Amino acid sequence: MPAKAIGKGKQAGGASDISRRRTTRMRGDGDDMTDMGDGTDADDWMHSKALVKPEDQLDLNEQQLKEEFTRILTANNPHAPQNIVRYSFKERQYKQISSVDQLAIHFALDGNMLHKDSDEARRQMAKLGMPDAVQSEQAGSEGGEGAGAGAAEADDAKDEGKDEGRDDAATPTPAAAAGGKKLTNQFNYSERASQTYNNPYRERGTATEPPPRATFSGSVTQWEIFDAYNEDFEKQVNKQQIIMLFVYLSEYVFLCGFQSDDVTRIANASQIVERMVNQNTYDDIAQDFKYWDDPSDEYRENEGTLLPLWRFTFEKAKKLAVTSLCWNPKYKDLYAVSFGSYDFMKQGNGMILFYSLKNPSYPEFIYETDSGLMCLDVHPDHPYLVVVGYYDGSVGVFNIECKEPVHRCTAKNGKHTDPVWQVRWQKDDLENNHNFYSISSDGRIVQWTIIKNELIYQDVIQLTLPEAPAEGPDGTKVSTVGCGTAFDFHKRNDYMFLVGTEEGKIHTCSKAYSSQFLDTNLAHNMAVYQVRWNPWHPDIYITCSADWTVKIWEVSQKTTVDTNPENTQNVSNRKALFTFDLNNSVGDVAWAPYSSTVFAAVTADGKVFVYDLNINKYEPLCEQMVAVKKKTKLTHIEFNPVYPIIIVGDDRGNVTSLKLSPNLKKMPKEKKGQPAMDPAQREQLEIAKLDKLLNMVREPTEGSKPPAATEKK
Amino acid sequence: MKVTEIEETFKRISAHKGVIGIVVVNHEGIPIRSTLDNSVTIQYAGLFHQLTQKARSTVRDIDPQNDLTFLRIRSKKHEIMVAPEKDYLMIVIQSPKVL
Repeated sequence: MPAKAIGKGKQAGGASDISRRRTTRMRGDGDDMTDMGDGTDADDWMHSKALVKPEDQLDLNEQQLKEEFTRILTANNPHAPQNIVRYSFKERQYKQISSVDQLAIHFALDGNMLHKDSDEARRQMAKLGMPDAVQSEQAGSEGGEGAGAGAAEADDAKDEGKDEGRDDAATPTPAAAAGGKKLTNQFNYSERASQTYNNPYRERGTATEPPPRATFSGSVTQWEIFDAYNEDFEKQVNKQQIIMLFVYLSEYVFLCGFQSDDVTRIANASQIVERMVNQNTYDDIAQDFKYWDDPSDEYRENEGTLLPLWRFTFEKAKKLAVTSLCWNPKYKDLYAVSFGSYDFMKQGNGMILFYSLKNPSYPEFIYETDSGLMCLDVHPDHPYLVVVGYYDGSVGVFNIECKEPVHRCTAKNGKHTDPVWQVRWQKDDLENNHNFYSISSDGRIVQWTIIKNELIYQDVIQLTLPEAPAEGPDGTKVSTVGCGTAFDFHKRNDYMFLVGTEEGKIHTCSKAYSSQFLDTNLAHNMAVYQVRWNPWHPDIYITCSADWTVKIWEVSQKTTVDTNPENTQNVSNRKALFTFDLNNSVGDVAWAPYSSTVFAAVTADGKVFVYDLNINKYEPLCEQMVAVKKKTKLTHIEFNPVYPIIIVGDDRGNVTSLKLSPNLKKMPKEKKGQPAMDPAQREQLEIAKLDKLLNMVREPTEGSKPPAATEKK
Repeated sequence: MKVTEIEETFKRISAHKGVIGIVVVNHEGIPIRSTLDNSVTIQYAGLFHQLTQKARSTVRDIDPQNDLTFLRIRSKKHEIMVAPEKDYLMIVIQSPKVL
């Protein structure tokens, strides 16, 4: 029975629509009348459909309309997966499954209806106690229904209703439609409902790793801001100066070579520390230097002592003699020493050392030379320039920055033929070139000028002897030359200078006259070792000699030029103002810078003599053995321009510093008791003090003359 | 001043009587040269680096144009001298007993 089959099919909900149509069609097949009735309605529908037409619908012509499109319908499920893989235990691997289930279920609903013929239904009916009651009721209800709904229906309809009643009970609507005649077009009916998926709300978010963080903080102080400003300012200044600097640097590098290294940065620090270490070690000496004054001096009227302070020695200079000493004009604790040899059989190398009182254990600067040095001088305005005289007759100029001399003369340009005994810087000439003088035992006094890295020489004076030219072995006449050993330039009269010679003469010379001496004085019987102007009195100078004496002189008012232009006859043999016999060869003599009447001398037997003419005109205030060993000769002495100390050099390479006791450094203002003096006043006082002494010893004719006489020359 | 001269200065200082040790410290407080053993060196370097910075800061805070040039510490046992240079510190420990 087909109806039954359909009823069963209704369980599969998706097919219900189709099945309904089938039933109606089957019914329609069986009922022509309804078809006929539908005819007009169908026409209506067609008409209305032709009217409604989308605007953009294609207009097809006949040919296109006739075109056939073949569509093949298959029962395959297009959404069925093609590639299901299952594990096959038999073959122990995944295998693709060839047969794919094509069945697609669109809707499934589990109902609670039972087939009434089934065993289960029967059992339930039995349980409820209504055997066949359902069946009768069913029939009854159907009958009622049929009567109510389709009263106008014919009798055959009742049969039909009876036929269909059973399965239509479950679907009353179609049954009613089938029963009612009003339902005109059962094909045109469609009801469709769909519910789209309600997509569940989704929220998606990702959290990345947070970027690394760091905290910067700092505090600023006043001086850091100050530094920053300074740096900025310097940068701006540097930009302007960079070209100038480059020129300077290239020259500097060329002269001195590169000297940039990491360790060099602490050079300064290491130097300071070395001094500090020394200061700690020699703490007692430093204290003495600063504070100690011999208390016993108060009870001794005319005596003084020298307190030895530091002793400066250097390993490499031990076999050399100190040939000159010079305090640095800028740094009052720094002095330069030249080393050479006074033994003409044992000549070797030489050396310049710069010592500081702050570091007695090791020199600040060391310069070694191939030939022995006999003298040196530090430029008063440019303390980095040092001029030296060599034993081989040459002169050289050192820049403290460089190990080698910046300038050195050769045999080609004016080198002396004998040792250079003294050199002295002069004031810069009119073109601002540095220049200096040198004196040598070859009899020449030479002025050297540094012009653009070149040493230009000019002979100032040739020392000659008054005797007639000596006869050479082959009958030619060889003019004998004087041997200069020392000179000193007048402090104020720039042109005037004194020359000491090996014959014991003192020449008063002028830079302007190269052939004549202003005056010649037969001062000593042996070589003059040193001659120095008094720092205060313009006419007084002191000399020392190998003939064991120190003499003080006054410049002669009546010069030889006045009397005799030939300059050979009138060698005055005047008497010295003072003569002191020191019982040994006097190596050096020096005026004290603080008093016009104090001077000190060193002798070859290792003694230092200090005189103050104001206190004692005949005896030294102090005569003290300074050399460590008996045979050591003292060669040079120098007063410090500021501190009350002297330095003494010997022929073993030692330099000893000594402090002057209060009696040796008496200042004139002690006597006057005035509060303070300006320099001019002080000078007047010093000159007056010395003049007072000199008046007692001056020869009456000389003393009465006005002192301006010499200055006219 | 050349490197060899500085080396010589170092040698002279360390050979000086009473000198116990020299430490050179860079601006980060790391010892770059020392005559002491390792642990003592590190201690001196670290502590004196801090102390010197503090001392410098003190001096400069009072007057920005001023600067620290040297630091001496006299202790019961030693005298410690610190010479600050632009980027370096030089520390010397000296025993006053031998003086």
